[in-house]
Amino acid sequence: MSMPFYVSPEQLIKDKADYARKGIARGRSVIVLQYGDGILFIAENPSRALHKVSEIYDRIGFAAVGKYNEFENLRQAGVRFADMRGYSYDRSDVTARSLANAYAQTLGTVFTEAPKPYEVEIVVAEVGVDAASDQLYRLTFDGSVADEHGYVAMGGSADVMSGALSADWRADLSLAEAVKLAVRELSKAGQAGGGVERVLTAAELEVAVLDRNRPRRRFKRIVGDQLTALISP
Amino acid sequence: MTHMTSSAAHLPEPFLAAGTSSFADFLAQLDPTLLPGGRLGTATMAPFDAADVPHGTTIVTATFPGGVVMAGDRRATAGNIIAQRDIEKVFAADDHTLVGIAGTAGIALEIVRLFQVELEHYEKMEGDSLSLEGKANRLAALLRANLGMAMQGLAVVPLFAGYDVARGYGRIFSYDVTGGRYEEHHFHAVGSGSMFARGSLKKLYRPDMNESAVVTAVVESLYDAADDDSATGGPDLYRAIYPIVAVIDANGVRMLDAATMASVVGTVVGARSLAPDGPVASLPPGTGI
Repeated sequence: MSMPFYVSPEQLIKDKADYARKGIARGRSVIVLQYGDGILFIAENPSRALHKVSEIYDRIGFAAVGKYNEFENLRQAGVRFADMRGYSYDRSDVTARSLANAYAQTLGTVFTEAPKPYEVEIVVAEVGVDAASDQLYRLTFDGSVADEHGYVAMGGSADVMSGALSADWRADLSLAEAVKLAVRELSKAGQAGGGVERVLTAAELEVAVLDRNRPRRRFKRIVGDQLTALISP
Repeated sequence: MTHMTSSAAHLPEPFLAAGTSSFADFLAQLDPTLLPGGRLGTATMAPFDAADVPHGTTIVTATFPGGVVMAGDRRATAGNIIAQRDIEKVFAADDHTLVGIAGTAGIALEIVRLFQVELEHYEKMEGDSLSLEGKANRLAALLRANLGMAMQGLAVVPLFAGYDVARGYGRIFSYDVTGGRYEEHHFHAVGSGSMFARGSLKKLYRPDMNESAVVTAVVESLYDAADDDSATGGPDLYRAIYPIVAVIDANGVRMLDAATMASVVGTVVGARSLAPDGPVASLPPGTGI
């Protein structure tokens, strides 16, 4: 009969956290930032079909980095959660805060109870009537929630990108300025470790906005000629 | 997926399960009582007169080259009582489809609300819209789930119209209470005044009419329905209550505003003051007067 090895709880949590962090750092990055008319989501993502940025509800968007099947699972659960709430109560009763709480509880439970934590980091964003009522929630693999303002960078070189964003981000950025700023940082992120300098093209980007001036469903993907025009210098 | 019963606010298992992109199927799994047909009365339910609850009446729809128009009168009746004089019975189901309802108003409105969420839910889950046929089939499935209620006298009869993006023209689907789905051509009407509206459209409608002519034709047909069916409301000029008219073309759904409707209704009612039975169709040449 074999004896199970003793592993201290501290060690167990640390191992799980290290495992999740490594998984997330391998993936390409995502930036979510507020601009004058709403919230911009921008991801380095060469796929047209496997999205990192998605619509949850009228005013709520979702962005994620990490393992696709895990964050896609959370995204679908979020759409169900939001539609369920809107159908049982009213469309105006669906909030990013309640969704962020549900995600936090779920991620927290998986982190402590499941053998393997989710290797994901997500942002739940809600566009308000003005910039002051916009909400950005960043959720990490262990269920921690942070209420962010202005911008969030996730993925491999998140810290480097956050530093640069803090220098150049302003609340009144136009959409074109916000897109250019985010593309500049995403382009740098990929060449960490002294790689060749590169500039991301429209085909390598997934871009969407929550535009507070749109009627009802504020989420809109920016594709094709419109995106090409926005990123051209 | 991990076993999750310990904490209170996390997403329950069905939310995280891989599976359906249908909101109605998800509701059926999670809590069937939230579905319109999910509160089926039992044998012990006291008998009631289905005429005691509000009913919606006449909906008409007709195509034109490049789109389709749908219109509904504004009356809801409960027996001989007018339950509401300004009810809305024509709704955008999504960007390119309309649904109009006749029958038990309470259940019909709930089915419309579920259908709207159903279409948007699919679009968000799958990242793409259903085909027009797919949408028509989903509405049929929702009706089928309501069959028990229909058998107790709480029937719902919708009319569905949409712009088929793939084919580039407007299409019309009608339904029966069992969820039977039938594609109609050119025009159709449902509800208590539908016989009169359909007869009227048969004489007024031509497939090559443009959008504004079709709008006038459907308003004429609703006037004729209200003329002969007590449950269909005519235009109320004093209260400025006009039929709800919506148009779908390649650009999507557009509800006609009150000013436009005031002008269309004004023309139709004005002409009726001279000829109360409305426009006259001509007989074949050579058949005498």
